[in-house]
Amino acid sequence: MAHAHKLEIFRGLVKFKSNTQKIWGVLIFLTIVTTIEVVLGIYKPEPLMAHFLGMKILNWIFIILTLVKAYYITWDFMHMRDEVKALRRMVVWTAVFLIIYLIFILLQEGGYIFEVYDKGFIKRDF
Amino acid sequence: MSTTVVNTGTEGKAWGGGNQPLNASYGKMMMWFFIVSDALTFSGFLAAYGFSRFKFIDAWPIADEVFTHVPFLHGQELPMIYVAFMTFVLIMSSVTMVLAVDAGHHLNKSKVTIYMFLTIIGGLIFVGSQAWEWATFIKGDYGAIQTKGGNILQFVDTDGRRVALRDFVVAGEHERVQQEQKNGIWFVSEGTLPTYTVEEVIHGLEAHDNILIRTQTLTEHGHKTVLSREESLKQIKLNGKAVVEGANLHVNEYGSPLFADFFFFITGFHGFHVFSGVVINIIIFFNVILGTYERRKNYEMVEKVGLYWHFVDLVWVFVFTFFYLV
Repeated sequence: MAHAHKLEIFRGLVKFKSNTQKIWGVLIFLTIVTTIEVVLGIYKPEPLMAHFLGMKILNWIFIILTLVKAYYITWDFMHMRDEVKALRRMVVWTAVFLIIYLIFILLQEGGYIFEVYDKGFIKRDF
Repeated sequence: MSTTVVNTGTEGKAWGGGNQPLNASYGKMMMWFFIVSDALTFSGFLAAYGFSRFKFIDAWPIADEVFTHVPFLHGQELPMIYVAFMTFVLIMSSVTMVLAVDAGHHLNKSKVTIYMFLTIIGGLIFVGSQAWEWATFIKGDYGAIQTKGGNILQFVDTDGRRVALRDFVVAGEHERVQQEQKNGIWFVSEGTLPTYTVEEVIHGLEAHDNILIRTQTLTEHGHKTVLSREESLKQIKLNGKAVVEGANLHVNEYGSPLFADFFFFITGFHGFHVFSGVVINIIIFFNVILGTYERRKNYEMVEKVGLYWHFVDLVWVFVFTFFYLV
């Protein structure tokens, strides 16, 4: 029986007494993260609108917070934390590698096509 | 794991199938692999969305201006509040699901029943909200003019606030009526005609000095470009071609039609996942009530649908970010 839950999050910073307690703890954490996202999305603080690596800092923050949320959903709600290393890597590494590859290719191509419209001879703004 | 349902008599035989290097049952492992493939499908869609967005990076609709509605609060601009609520509902139903799984580990039938029930309710609220969101998006709010090149011209007042067509355009007598199957060739019909014609919009614009045209193009500060009064009149007379109210797969009053296409496709595909998740949850729910898993002394089926349900939540987290936030 899967009573062998690992009951620590944040690398042992927060420890829980039972699995149920851990679930509520993770819920609180996810709610806080979502709230931060929504507040940032509504107010859009001016300092975060600067560009960094081709995107607004704010957008980078959103993406990182999303990945944080995804990590805790997978690790604690889907119990990836309790699976053996081999299964974890099979699922996570495969998906992460293919997704990064796909995103890189498509965004690169999208940016290129934008340049063609923007600086080239193709006109569509009429 | 002792949660394995069937004993095949191969336990301990390393080369006879008795070895479980992943320490997970067949069903659970396959659910994980299905989730990987489904995640790749969704990331394909989202990456295609990113592609189109990068292609029109200087003219993409601003999500904050598109999704501003909340049920029962008419006429108020509340960007993201409702979608944040939807996100919370889905995360909450994920929590009740994982609590059901936990109760299953303790073979606590009544608790599993309650938590499965709450999960189903959460899923239904989410799907309902999604339907409402679609209806609002399709209905539209302000209306716009589409140019010959397929660009969208919206209307603002001198303070930059959006103005709806109904606020300054007067609808005249229209001779053109909607072609329906019953009053023409039986296989030919068309969609609803816009309330106004382009000429009426031009008259309305000429009659109101304080109304300007806003194009799709984004300025350096990420706002839409507002044309001067002369430019506005010139642009609409020269290029105005059709009146657009709301959004569908062909036209979209919020900006690029691609935005609407992706919105319908991605949230629709996700909504379909939620719907099928609810159906599967209901099946499992009845199995729990009937005592199927109680007799098996094993609630692993709850765990497997739980994995699927969490995955649906996981996808929504990304859809939320890339459609509503970024």
